[in-house]
Amino acid sequence: MIRREFFIDYSRCIGCRACVQACAECDTHRGNSMIHLETIERRDTLQTAPQICMHCDDPVCARVCPADAIKKTPDGVVQSSLKPRCIACSNCVVSCPFGVPKYMAEFEQMMKCDMCYDRSSIGKKPMCATVCPSGALTYTTMEEVQRTRPGIPVNSWKFGGEEVTTKVHVMVPRETTRVEIDLIQIQPTPQALPADPYDVALMLEMAQ
Amino acid sequence: MTPARNSLRQPRLSDATHAMFWGLATASLLILGILTGSRGLRDFDPALVSYAGAAVLSGFGIGYRYAMWLRRPPTRLYWYRGWQIFLAPQKLLSNLAHLARIAWNTIVLQRFIERRSHLRWTAHWFLAWGCILAAAVTFPLSFGWIRFETARTNQEIYRAFMFGIPLGSFHLGTPFAEMTFDILDIAAVMVLIGVFFALWRRGHDHGAWSVQQFSDDMLPLILLFAISTTGLFLTVSTHLMQGIYYGFLSQLHAVTVIFTLLYLPFGKFFHIFQRPAQIGVNFYKQAGASGPQARCHRCGQEFASRMHIDDLKSVQAALGIRYQLSNGLHYQDICAACRRKNLALTQDGLWKSYDNRLRGN
Ligand code: HEM
Ligand code: SF4
Ligand code: SF4
Repeated sequence: MIRREFFIDYSRCIGCRACVQACAECDTHRGNSMIHLETIERRDTLQTAPQICMHCDDPVCARVCPADAIKKTPDGVVQSSLKPRCIACSNCVVSCPFGVPKYMAEFEQMMKCDMCYDRSSIGKKPMCATVCPSGALTYTTMEEVQRTRPGIPVNSWKFGGEEVTTKVHVMVPRETTRVEIDLIQIQPTPQALPADPYDVALMLEMAQ
Repeated sequence: MTPARNSLRQPRLSDATHAMFWGLATASLLILGILTGSRGLRDFDPALVSYAGAAVLSGFGIGYRYAMWLRRPPTRLYWYRGWQIFLAPQKLLSNLAHLARIAWNTIVLQRFIERRSHLRWTAHWFLAWGCILAAAVTFPLSFGWIRFETARTNQEIYRAFMFGIPLGSFHLGTPFAEMTFDILDIAAVMVLIGVFFALWRRGHDHGAWSVQQFSDDMLPLILLFAISTTGLFLTVSTHLMQGIYYGFLSQLHAVTVIFTLLYLPFGKFFHIFQRPAQIGVNFYKQAGASGPQARCHRCGQEFASRMHIDDLKSVQAALGIRYQLSNGLHYQDICAACRRKNLALTQDGLWKSYDNRLRGN
């Protein structure tokens, strides 16, 4: 089996929502889409960005889980919560550094992206990467990405003092070795701006 | 509300020693229960000693595993907080009423599983209630807590005792007597219905195929199937085949039950003991919702209860997760949606500064 990896490039996302739809067709969570599609700075741009589970090497979600309900397979895929165990406490939902797990109130269970394990475990592409037209979500070989993209893939992160390495890579400019999430972007956004009837991004957000 | 931090302090004993203590305590309590409940073994049926022995061993394993589980910082926190909230004196009455309501919905009816799918619910409800029904009869029997004997004056009259106290007598052949003797058969049929639906689902659900494992997912169903069928064979042998092969069948049945009892603490069945935590979490969330809320530092929206965020910070500290940011903020004060947006913005920022560097400014 050719060894393929997952690569995210937020900046390529065109907000078409194909991944959101396709995700719900995955057999391990059929009917429920696990992908997050964010509108970024609604007032200024139409920019959107997808977020899938990054499949951390030492997942924070599993460490804070009181029920020991989150398990990693030997091939490094962090699975959705084990159904008999998860007690729907949302520790993982609010702790994951990437904001990935979803609390499903009606099932009293957390569900998350499992890289379409029914597909990726037998060498097929995850649903989202199959349909993404822009290459924001790509499932391919490391060589292919290095050959064709201007940036380089990185899988090392820092959230304050917490170092995280992930199975999934993000595309960043050359010379970057680690993505540091500290104070740069975390500034309070002005809230309660007056409603703008032509705010397309808001409409998109409302449609979710 | 007092901080739950104390409950997260470094344990003095090693985890295994501590868990060993609770395992032994559970097993001792069971032995004590058997000794007193059977009036110093006077009511104990020696034929069932292997069942009672396996139950005691299983008690050790369950106590051990439960104590180990409570050593996890997040589990400890919910354990202490759950009891603290539940036992708050001024709320105890309304909490008891709330407990009855959620226990009815989540444990008796298991509504939340029904919302996952009807097939899952049918399988699970029959599995769980078949097993609970069977356990409610067989444990007291094998511990010598209940006992039946024929009346000295009339072979047709059965008398039942609990802890040596006469519960009453009934005539063989009455519907009540039939029900009592058939209760294990009814339980076995319920379990078989559950096993059938569970296997059916596992056979048809493509998603389940990719994640299920033999020891975790199939073995429990196989064990329940084996217990139920060998149990039913005993009835068939007694009533329809003049007791043919009874000795062999009863040993086979005992082997399946004992193996399952010993497996209880390890595999999927442990959720039977873990699951009440769902009720604790329910109380925790209710208490959180009625208290102050945490607002995201970035968007200003409420995203969790203040209590939850504060508790999580102490759990994270106990786990060595360091989310403090260099400007004095804490990453735990950022909501999940802002974390996601922030990732894309950070990538943007990296490209902008890269481009600026290339342009030499
Ligand atoms: C003696 C009692 C019980 C037995 C024998 C039992 C057995 C099982 C088994 C065998 C499964 C796996 C089903 C499969 O293979 O698909 C399962 C799943 C599960 N059990 Fe239990 N169980 C019991 C009690 C409970 C209780 C009291 C609860 C709490 C309400 C519970 C909650 C669950 C949940 C949430 C699942 C996952 C269901 C799903 O979504 O597929 N169980 N149980
Ligand atoms: S990205 Fe979040 S949900 Fe995925 S493995 Fe890491 S901590 Fe868990
Ligand atoms: S919501 Fe479920 S999976 Fe997530 S931390 Fe709580 S128990 Fe674990």
